[in-house]
Amino acid sequence: MRVMAQMAMVMNLDKCIGCHTCSVTCKQAWTNRAGTEYVWFNNVETRPGLGYPRGYEDQDEWQGGWVVQGGRLRLRAGGRLKKLLTIFSNPKMPSIQDYYEPWTYDYETLLNAPAQKNFPVARPFSLISGKPVNISWSANWDDDLGGSREHAVKDVMLKGIEDKVRMEFEQTFMFYLPRICEHCLNPSCAASCPSGAIYKREEDGIVLVDQDRCRGWRMCITGCPYKKVYFNHKTGKAEKCTFCYPRVEVGIPTVCSETCVGRLRYIGLVLYDADKVLEAATVEDDHDLYQAQLDVFLDPEDPEVRREAERAGIPGDWVEAARRSPVKRLILDYKVALPLHPEYRTMPMVWYIPPLSPVVDIIKETGHDAENHDNLFGAIDALRIPVEYLANLFTAGDVVPVDGVLRKLAAMRSYMRDINLGRDPRDEIPESVGMAGEEMYEMFRLLALAKYDERYVIPTAHAEQAHSLEELATECAVSDYGGGQNDVFGEGSGMPTPVAVENFQMLQQRQTGDDLVGGGDKRGRVNLLNWDGRGMPAGLFPEGERVGTADGAAGTLEDGSP
Amino acid sequence: MSTFLWVIFPYICLALFVGGHVWRYRYDKFGWTTRSSQLYEDRLLRIGSPLFHFGMLGVVLGHVMGLVVPQAATDAVGLSRSAYHTIALVGGIPAGIAAVAGLAILVYRRRTTGPVFSATTTNDKVMYLVLGSVIVLGIWNTIAGSVFHFGGEYNYRDGVSPWFRSIFALDPQPELMAQAPFGFQAHAFLAFLLFAMWPFTRLVHVFSAPLGYLTRPYLVYRSRDERPGATSGSRPPRRGWERPELQRK
Repeated sequence: MRVMAQMAMVMNLDKCIGCHTCSVTCKQAWTNRAGTEYVWFNNVETRPGLGYPRGYEDQDEWQGGWVVQGGRLRLRAGGRLKKLLTIFSNPKMPSIQDYYEPWTYDYETLLNAPAQKNFPVARPFSLISGKPVNISWSANWDDDLGGSREHAVKDVMLKGIEDKVRMEFEQTFMFYLPRICEHCLNPSCAASCPSGAIYKREEDGIVLVDQDRCRGWRMCITGCPYKKVYFNHKTGKAEKCTFCYPRVEVGIPTVCSETCVGRLRYIGLVLYDADKVLEAATVEDDHDLYQAQLDVFLDPEDPEVRREAERAGIPGDWVEAARRSPVKRLILDYKVALPLHPEYRTMPMVWYIPPLSPVVDIIKETGHDAENHDNLFGAIDALRIPVEYLANLFTAGDVVPVDGVLRKLAAMRSYMRDINLGRDPRDEIPESVGMAGEEMYEMFRLLALAKYDERYVIPTAHAEQAHSLEELATECAVSDYGGGQNDVFGEGSGMPTPVAVENFQMLQQRQTGDDLVGGGDKRGRVNLLNWDGRGMPAGLFPEGERVGTADGAAGTLEDGSP
Repeated sequence: MSTFLWVIFPYICLALFVGGHVWRYRYDKFGWTTRSSQLYEDRLLRIGSPLFHFGMLGVVLGHVMGLVVPQAATDAVGLSRSAYHTIALVGGIPAGIAAVAGLAILVYRRRTTGPVFSATTTNDKVMYLVLGSVIVLGIWNTIAGSVFHFGGEYNYRDGVSPWFRSIFALDPQPELMAQAPFGFQAHAFLAFLLFAMWPFTRLVHVFSAPLGYLTRPYLVYRSRDERPGATSGSRPPRRGWERPELQRK
């Protein structure tokens, strides 16, 4: 047994109202830069629908994830040798058109247009080519089933049930699916990276791209079946959702969770056995993958597991957090959360509580009591289409687990109505789905009432190291103890900041100047991620007259140290 | 003049080549990439890029054979000069043509596809000019010199190759190059110029050929604290309490 901790998320789809606040705040925090205009680390899709990028779930086309061949797990897009042979031109990379061509408007026209009879119009311009564009697609073009008779019918998850699903407005169903990187236990993006730049953090399982090691071969983009690794076309490097690791390290939730209006996201730890991951990902039958994945998780209440966790160096407060983890409760205790597309065999770690609302809506429309569990159970059995569709998303097409989850949600709805109306709670309702009354009430509390610190149980990174983390950075100066630059005082003291082209001028100024430098940014680095490739990035070169400063710089370098 | 062109200049270029790569790797790991434009355009790239790159691999292999392996060595194993010549042409001309054709497609693509063109920096343009010239001169020397014998026959293994090896043997013999035909002189000169530019252009990607991928395990686990290259590059240094040398100097 090799115990590892994983930071995981559960989203309760019944509560998603499709407001895209998560997407927008995430974009403002992480991808509002040139080169990532088209990138949404978090996006919200309307299902049935094509998703973003268009039709990404069609793995016959995009070749993402893993397949089992002859009892062995292989990358669907081909192994190491094939990757190296096709390295000069990735045969299966989505083009910008498959995402969408990002655009802006020439707002100047609105301000500068002379007085005229008609209102001036701001025309859309492509952020890629700079030319006027005709906007014909975007990250959520088919939002709220817009154009569904053209688009949603092409949803690959409708395969096998397409003749039964109606796309007429009044006869269909829909729900929202917010998606971030799955931070998989068996990430195929990392396996596809020729440079070994994508890694899984040992401490919390967050999957990250090392920007200094990425060489821009683009194989990860093909490798990820969720298409959640993106190519920054300005820097030539891959970027992906970071699970907001600087926030998570200090115990606060990701931006998407923090700002979620519906409060539908849960973050917590799960413990798992790293030795069993490969075996679980290799089970032959797709329908067994959900159970196999459950079997990989470890119960933090088990003393044996806790002993092994201690041996593996997982701090005590982390094991404590794993015990209180809302994610663990939803996945393992109540078994109402399901993985997205287990058939990709990457063992995703963002799970979903499938929505009961398509079923409830249909009962309501027929005039029956949508709070009655018998009606709901009957409808779950009768309304095969939404259930089969959900099964295609969450259990590789196996309707049994989805049935079970929907029944639990329906039972909870019915059970809680009695309590809310002051009637005697009927324990036969939870019993009919194999739960105790108490347990069902606790589940209700977690799904409906849970406060901030119950929804997000995030242990800080090892407390004894917290001072050195990204968000705090209150590292004490150790120059007196042989660690720093002895001859520098004040701001420039402490551990040497590594010299790179991005901070060369700043470091020189800091060492030699009389006043505080940094231009508002505490560390004064030029962030090349924010540079659009045009002109000179601010701060990369000395300010003012180029010639004069260059001379001065040469002089001050020598005699700069006091 | 001959000393400058065939002794001083090559050494300057090689020094820049080596020193430049060390500098770039230490201080600009983040910029170490070829900035792929596949996201913008796919159709032409899919033909042009493999054609060019595999052609270039063949060309590089041919240069290793022609420049590094001495004539005496092939004579010793009983390979006649005309047989060597035939092998060199049979291997070299298709590789050269593939490289030129690939380059033509790629340059055409770069010029005509709007987003790709606007992502092309001046640095790229200068580099493509030098690279293109070197390749075109090289294939001209092969076809014109070796196939049609324009301007008399010239065995580069008597002139260019010993000169090239003499540079690395630290016993440069500029007179060998001074007697070579102009085509070969220009090719060699521009090639060294290209070496000098190399570390400062996107050509650095050649040295990140990910051969380690063949042997490493699929999944990479890394600790939060593990920050290689702690004193340079663009990564922050490793910080924390546990420093064994925590004692006052």
